[in-house]
Formats: sequence, structure tokens, C-alpha cells
Amino acid sequence: MVCDICKEADAVVQLTEIEGTGVRLLHLCERCAAERGVETTLAAAKPEVSNFLQSVHQQMQATQGDAARCTFCSSTFRDFRTSGRLGCAHCYEAFEKSMRDLLRRVHGNSKHLGRRYVPPSSTGLPGAGTVNELRDRLQRAIQSEQFELAADIRDRLRDFE
Amino acid sequence: MIDLSLIPDGGVGWLDASGESADIVISTRVRLARNLEGYAFAGRARDGERLRVLAQVREAMGGIRSLDHGLLVRVDELPPEDRLLLHERHLVSRELAGLDPQRPVRSGAAVYLTRGTSVMVNEEDHLRLQSLQSGFHVADAFAVVEALDVELGERVPYAYHEEFGFLTACPTNVGTGLRASVLIHLPGLVLTKEIAKVLAGLQQVGLTYRGLYGEGSEVVGNFFQISNQTTLGRSEGELLDYLVRVVTHVIEREEEARKVLLRDAGYIIEDKLWRAYGTLRYARSLSFDEVMSYLSSVRLAVGLKLITDLSVYTLNKLLIFSQPAHLVHAEGRQLTESEANIARARFVRSMLANDMGSTR
Repeated sequence: MVCDICKEADAVVQLTEIEGTGVRLLHLCERCAAERGVETTLAAAKPEVSNFLQSVHQQMQATQGDAARCTFCSSTFRDFRTSGRLGCAHCYEAFEKSMRDLLRRVHGNSKHLGRRYVPPSSTGLPGAGTVNELRDRLQRAIQSEQFELAADIRDRLRDFE
Repeated sequence: MIDLSLIPDGGVGWLDASGESADIVISTRVRLARNLEGYAFAGRARDGERLRVLAQVREAMGGIRSLDHGLLVRVDELPPEDRLLLHERHLVSRELAGLDPQRPVRSGAAVYLTRGTSVMVNEEDHLRLQSLQSGFHVADAFAVVEALDVELGERVPYAYHEEFGFLTACPTNVGTGLRASVLIHLPGLVLTKEIAKVLAGLQQVGLTYRGLYGEGSEVVGNFFQISNQTTLGRSEGELLDYLVRVVTHVIEREEEARKVLLRDAGYIIEDKLWRAYGTLRYARSLSFDEVMSYLSSVRLAVGLKLITDLSVYTLNKLLIFSQPAHLVHAEGRQLTESEANIARARFVRSMLANDMGSTR
């Protein structure tokens, strides 16, 4: 949901304003909230890194089932909650809603405002390679007993080979 | 045993005390965390995957001019004492060196070393690009690492997400992947008992502190690493500016505390610092913790100009070279604890005597 004031940034705060006899519900981004004197997580103290795992545990149970699984690296959401580390870049999409909530809590914001990046279209170098990549995914799927996923990956490998 | 002379500047250029506020700020480190598309992160990846990451990165780095004359060290092929040596020299993290028994060194763990810059491969993230500089030089350190990042990112595809930015194994690094940290010596604030307030203040403004060896390490010798805690939702420039402003303020507080100490407890402080110096100059056995504690006092004495014929560079070198793996390396054999303490005291005595000889 975008901010009701600037209509640009993501809204992260709900503000109930009372005007005369009417009540108005506003959804605000950090900046617009700050301008109205509302303290957001960005301005408030950040949780210590040592509290990070705890915040993973507390915040995420409600938003993401433990069984949710990334189809690239076969990690589950439970794996993340246990270790505090994601298995691969695709986990961010596999657990997107939970990650967004967590990032807002940890960083006060989920929107990258740093350097933009466009990956090179072709590096001319031997990269991950689709066949190698699929073989690694297949092994991980088998190890984590994801047999349906494994069969699917095996079919795609056969198409290549 | 690893030949450290092959490493450009021995990997210790950052100790030369040439930077701004060098008696208070030892060094500035800026690192960017990056991952390659198409592989699981290093902790989840299979052996073959990590080796392919390393091969791909090696090939890409071959064409980068700023990395000419660099040295690639296969950390996974080194014996434990050499991995500890690189860690003591602040060239690799504890995780890359595989120093925790529960988390042994990973296949494909490597570090690319060149003057003031290093790239750890297959750490928690595939790539950790770092610049380590003497003194308080945040902008310079970032400029070096940013240029390398841009060049490398044109040769290998980084894992990147439109909303979340550069993707990392730990969500605390996502976005810019930027961690800038300043290694700072704050004995004045510790002695005046102001330090707790300053540290609590840091956490309230989104910064954090760690000990001498970074994450998870204890504070020894009044050395603190102050760094940004958040990496997402602000630009690199904002994150760096903010750190510089806060650290500048902490330096001012430290200088004030030193003035208060001299004014209110002049002879007590002077006596304490000279005693520390005397111990380092004449003791015959010193544990590492003792050296750290006395070095902190002597460093303060040099900062206060009570001791004038000793260089900060020598004190910085003692900080690194009196560590256990460095003593083993210098002696060329394994040492028992008491042998190490005797070797350490001998080394400290000779360094201090040489430095005084050279400055007199």
C-alpha cells in the first residue's frame, strides 16, 4: 500500500487522526509520518543484531508458515528461523511477505535506496551454467526429500541433455 | 607455512598510523557483501558450487587492473595456524578462516589480497569486497571498494532485487550490503566511566559497536569497532555521512574526557601510564591480555604527549605481532603458553627499544 500523502513510498504506519467529530485513518510512509511527528521504526532504536534471531522468531511466525520452501535451494522457512541465514537469493521471493516485514523491523525500511544495479547481459565467462545449476538443485531437492520437485528438475535436465 | 612476504605490503599497510586522528582511530574498514546469481549462498551451497563460484570470480578478476599484483590465497588449503595468522592480521574473518570447531573451513574459501583491498570468496556471502585503511578515512575507503564493485559487477552477475537491493545470506546486510567500521581507541571515555552512555547512544542512532576482531568479539584494550547497523533504506552516501558525523562526535567526547582526566587526576593517570610503559619495557613474561591492556595505557600516554619518543606505528604493530599465531610464525615452531608469554615479552621489549633508538 502506498502512502496517502506522497503517493510514492510504501506506507508503514497507520495513523488515526481525530478532526472535530470525524475520525480519519491515514497510511503513511516513514518520511511523511516523521513530518507529522509520528515515530516510526526508522527513527526509533533499532534492535541489536544479537536480538535479530529473536525478532525473526517473534515477527515471522504470524506471517509465514514454517513449511514454506524455496524451490531453488530447497531451504524451508524453518531453516531460516533456526539459522538466521537464507539459503539463496531466491529465498527472498519465496518468503517475500515475511522478508518484507522482517526487513522493515530490522532496517526500518524495506526499500533499497542505494546504488541501482543491472546485471551484465552476457559476461562471456563460464557462469553458473544451467545444467550445473539444475544438478545442484536436484541434489538438494533429493536430500530434503522433495521428490515432486526433484522429478520436475530431472525432467528439465533431460530436456537439456 | 604461508609466506606473508608475498602479500602486497604484508597486508599491514593499514597499521602505518598515517591517517587522520591516528592516535585515536587505528583504521577504517568498508566492506560490500555481494552474491552471484545462479548459486545457493555459500553456507547452503554444495562443494562443487562453491568451487565454481571461485573459478568464475577468479576469471572475472583477471581483467581488473586495480587488482594487478594481487595474491589469491586458497584459505581452504591452509593449515589451521596459517588461517589463524591471516585472521589475526585482520585479512580474513573468523568464519572464512573456519576457526570455530562447529563451522570448519569451507571448500572454495579464498581471499584475494592486494594493497589495502581484499576480496573474501565464499564467506557467508560469495563475495566480501573490503578496503582497510589507516586512520579515519571513510570516504576514501568507500571510493576504493565502490570502484572495484562496479568493475566486478560488470563481469559477474550479482544477485539483485529491485525492492530489496543486493541480496545477502543474512537479512541484516541486504540492500547496500555496506558495512563501514572504524576501529577506535577510547580509554578516556572508559576511565571517566562515560563509555556506557556513549555506547548506548550509538545503538539509539542505528550504529553498533564490536570488539577488535569484529562480530562476536570481546572488547579488549579499550578498542571498539563502531559501524552502521542498518544497510537498507538509505543510500551508501547517507549511511557513510551518518557514521562519520557520529564518530567525529565520539572522537570529540574522547578528547574532552582525556582533558578531564589530566585536569582532575593528573598525577594518578601519569603514574598509571608510566607504570604500564615500564612493564612493557622490562617484563620477562606477558600474556596477550596484559599486552593489550598496557598498550592501551601507553597509547593514551602518547596521545597525551606524556611519552614523546614512541611512534603510534610501533604501537599498532605490537597490537598485531604480539598475537599467538604471529609469535608462532616468528619463532617458527609451536609454543606452550609460558613459552609464548616469554617470547611475547622479548618481542615487545625489542620493538620498544628499537623504536626509541630510531626516534632519539
